[in-house]
Amino acid sequence: MARHIVASTSEIPPGGNKVVDVAGRDIVVFHVNGEFFALLNRCPHEGAPLEKAACVARLTSPEPGIYQRSRVGEMLRCPWHGWEFDMRNGQSWFDPKRVKIRSYPVAVERGEELQKGLYVAETFPVHVEDSYVIVEV
Amino acid sequence: MSEVIDRPLREDEKPAASRLRIVDCDVHPSLHSFDDLNEFLPKRWQQHLKEYGSHLRTPYLFTTPYPRSSPLIARRDAWPPTGGPPGSDLAFMQKQHLDPLDVEFGILQVLDLFIFSQQNLEFGAAIQRAINDWQLALWSHRDPRLKASILVGQDGVDLAIAEIERCAKIGEYVQINVSPRANEPLGRRRYWPIYERAQELDLPLGIHVGGYGGHAPTGGGWPSYYVEEHQSNAHTIAAQLASLVIEGVPERFPKLKFVFIEGGFGWIPSAVWRMDQHFERFRSEVPHLKRKPSEYVREHFWFTTQPIDEPDEARHLRSLIEWVGIDRLLFSSDYPHWDFDDPRFAFKTPLTDAERRKIFSTNARAVYKF
Repeated sequence: MARHIVASTSEIPPGGNKVVDVAGRDIVVFHVNGEFFALLNRCPHEGAPLEKAACVARLTSPEPGIYQRSRVGEMLRCPWHGWEFDMRNGQSWFDPKRVKIRSYPVAVERGEELQKGLYVAETFPVHVEDSYVIVEV
Repeated sequence: MSEVIDRPLREDEKPAASRLRIVDCDVHPSLHSFDDLNEFLPKRWQQHLKEYGSHLRTPYLFTTPYPRSSPLIARRDAWPPTGGPPGSDLAFMQKQHLDPLDVEFGILQVLDLFIFSQQNLEFGAAIQRAINDWQLALWSHRDPRLKASILVGQDGVDLAIAEIERCAKIGEYVQINVSPRANEPLGRRRYWPIYERAQELDLPLGIHVGGYGGHAPTGGGWPSYYVEEHQSNAHTIAAQLASLVIEGVPERFPKLKFVFIEGGFGWIPSAVWRMDQHFERFRSEVPHLKRKPSEYVREHFWFTTQPIDEPDEARHLRSLIEWVGIDRLLFSSDYPHWDFDDPRFAFKTPLTDAERRKIFSTNARAVYKF
């Protein structure tokens, strides 16, 4: 596993995403409520591009007529058929054991820290005063 | 050396394994706005559209709301960058759908303006005529891959026949589309003049599910949820299949072809088994039927594949396809709608090259005579 600097944190606004090519993989990085998540940019069902997915809440109901929203913005709804996935680990909401999106570890680090280390995506210019999103592939 | 041996292989002669061009029997173009129709719609009806809009058979106010699962029932990635609704920009449709999926022919299915459900039959006919012309001018003539359908409302039979004649003279349309939810079941005699003309012209009848009729979409009444209503598409179309067969339409019009569009196909085996079983018991009620219902179905009806059924086990889909008949199925994507099927991934069961060729291309080419 290598660590790749894929974006500065300011590049991906809250609720937004960025598609990056890391080692030949089409990966989409989401920014939700101050956290970043990296997933393969392809729905496991029919291959829809997840960069166009909706970031929604988990909607549950203990019985007809009563509704609860939780984890606002952390569930990913596929742009084609509406299949829902947990952004934290790529698991599907309806069949978590069998259907999942490949997810990748993400870290956020300050430029001053990064300049000391040995990182792969050397093409991404790093400034000491900024923070960066790092995806491990 | 002979010219034939010397000639390089054309693209369409290469083996299917390396290249399978597809026929997509359900592509939805959209009006950018109602003004698109102005050049095809007489002033009198332009004014009507502005002042009165649609008058439908649906009994409740606001029963045609969007979004239904997603805005304009569309894929979230299908909104053209140039603005306008999904399906309204030919260049974007080419770039997102026709080119990358190697669509050789796409059959246009227009749903705008609740085209079949207009209660004012003259207004409905004017809209249908305008949309029939619009399909050619803005789609087929700009991209010859896209084939137009003659849309007619069968509840105004005389108006429908006049429009069929007009379009047949133009000679560019590949089928006649009628409503899946007319005032009466589709097999009723009042609609037969349309079927008779379709047979004479050798044009298939396309029946695309959905839309609004005066009847509840389920046999049990009006559903509470969209998920429940969407489910009802299958039994609405099963009822229409039974009506057409049992009223004797294929018996009366032995060369007529029907294509049921967007009804899926999972429901077909049990519907056909049941019809056959009942036919044995009740045949004296319907002596005009000379053969078992299943025989009419296997000769006169084709079914587009989307929305494809997705059983947990792939072999069940395989059995389903065999029960329905590989020759009966026509691939459709439903682009750009939210339940779109991608031809590369939709069939989650093994198919041989020959079977793929049939479902994705040659069955449709035979029905529509490309």
